[in-house]
Amino acid sequence: MKITEEQVRYVADLANLRLTPDEVSRMARDMESILGHIDKLNELDTTGVPAMAQVLFDAEETATLRADAEKATLPNETALQNAPQPGGGFFKVPKVIER
Amino acid sequence: MDIAKLTIEGIRAGLKAKQFTAREVCEAALGFAGAENPKTNAYLLLSAERARAAADAVDAKLARGEDAGALAGVPVAVKDVIVTKGVRTTCGSRMLENFVPPYDATAVQRLEAAGGVIIGKANCDEFAMGSSNENSAYGPVRNPVDLERVPGGSSGGSAAVVAQGTAVVSLGSDTGGSIRQPASFCGVVGVTPTYGRVSRYGLVAFASSLDHIGPFGRNVKDAATLLEVIAGRDEMDATSAFAPVPRYGEAMTGDVRGMKIGLPKEYFAGLASETGDLIMRGVEALKKLGCEVREVSLPATEWAISCYYIICTAEASSNLARYDGVKYTMRSADAKTLADMYRNTRGDGFGAECKRRIMLGTYVLSHGYYDAYYLKAQRVRSLISQDFQKAFGEVDALITPVSPFPAFKLGEKLDDPLAMYLSDIYTITGDLAGIPCMSVPCGATAAGLPVGMQILTNHFQEGPMFRLAEAFERAGGVAGA
Repeated sequence: MKITEEQVRYVADLANLRLTPDEVSRMARDMESILGHIDKLNELDTTGVPAMAQVLFDAEETATLRADAEKATLPNETALQNAPQPGGGFFKVPKVIER
Repeated sequence: MDIAKLTIEGIRAGLKAKQFTAREVCEAALGFAGAENPKTNAYLLLSAERARAAADAVDAKLARGEDAGALAGVPVAVKDVIVTKGVRTTCGSRMLENFVPPYDATAVQRLEAAGGVIIGKANCDEFAMGSSNENSAYGPVRNPVDLERVPGGSSGGSAAVVAQGTAVVSLGSDTGGSIRQPASFCGVVGVTPTYGRVSRYGLVAFASSLDHIGPFGRNVKDAATLLEVIAGRDEMDATSAFAPVPRYGEAMTGDVRGMKIGLPKEYFAGLASETGDLIMRGVEALKKLGCEVREVSLPATEWAISCYYIICTAEASSNLARYDGVKYTMRSADAKTLADMYRNTRGDGFGAECKRRIMLGTYVLSHGYYDAYYLKAQRVRSLISQDFQKAFGEVDALITPVSPFPAFKLGEKLDDPLAMYLSDIYTITGDLAGIPCMSVPCGATAAGLPVGMQILTNHFQEGPMFRLAEAFERAGGVAGA
């Protein structure tokens, strides 16, 4: 399996991840070796095997529902305390719509 | 009081006999941790103020003649991927360098309600991704057994602080071996409970279908006591289990006669090493205690690494999408557009291993590859889980090594991520199946490096697992062979 630098840049774009040119070439090498190993899975026939997304245990269908009771939530100020740029009770981001 | 050797039982007895106060134990632990930390870098911070308040509360309860809880006055360290209200939680990442959580994880709430004294946050691989603790943005942890070697990862700090004795017990997290492997490298007990046994509320998510919180201790009883305190249903985590939490202490009778032990042949093939020899000596000791040992087969083991690194990277790429420069403290200053803000923040904030896993996860989930990788891996996960169910129809517990080798030197495997991934072979299967598993000390190599024996049992069978581990420990470990 060959992973090109172009593929790396495409995936980095999907992941919203900036990579330096050095990181791109290193990533192509690493992904090629790891995916090369992972590709072994295709030698295995899994026809008819169910997909397992999660470890689940038996419980009543509604067991995970809680009472519909009012509970205190985090105050706005607390929820924003880690925001890099809070303002007016919101998270501020660079402008996305031009007037 | 020898702070480095205290046990939960010893602290309870000492407090009762008024040999020392909880505050004195707390000060001794803080002082010792401060003095040791320059050597190992195991703590990212000491939470002295919070620790003193917790210790004083225990002393006040005892003065009033009240029950101060199962962990009264016990110094505990918490892995830095578990959130602590008002105490900085970095996940070993630059991304969260200044993150101060507005709430406590459920496990943290419960251990403090039981009288536990949190003395600090333990260093770890960034977002719990790694097998050596060399991926922390705040520098690697050194193994207290040999400072030139790694403590294992990703919960390297949690294992190291218990081994050095600056904490009596600690909390770690395990997604593919991150509790058991460092426990084995540092010569302590480390437990990964059944999936859902401990609430994940407040555990910063890496791979949600695989993430577990679990305890470290210098002996089996201490680890089991901490687990008993933090386990149980929590409405803040829909995947937390309803099953009642047993009194694990009652399971530890020392009597394991007639217990059926399986040795999975796939885990011992090609293990001609000091590690393999020590595990076989451990098995001999279990035979002497009256266990019946037979070979079993877990044929899907061969596919486990591929299966694991597809599922965990896919889930990680989704979970780490939240670090985008909007909510969590860090934002790169040089971005003009929203897209650049996301990209630059993530490029600056994440270290190499996180980037690698985000990239692999995004790749395996991307258009055209989903069926071939992610869906395929989920089917293989079923096969791995079925193997265990079949084995537990024949035996009560499985014994395997934890790691193919003992602690390696810092830097030794850093340039080869695939080799690092392959070293997780014996621990990832337990996480994929969601069964309880633990590492218990099983002697040391000629060079003095600890080796851990892994015990695995069926879902919610922590009791029999602890009985076996504690009987082995009581008989002197490999010395009982």
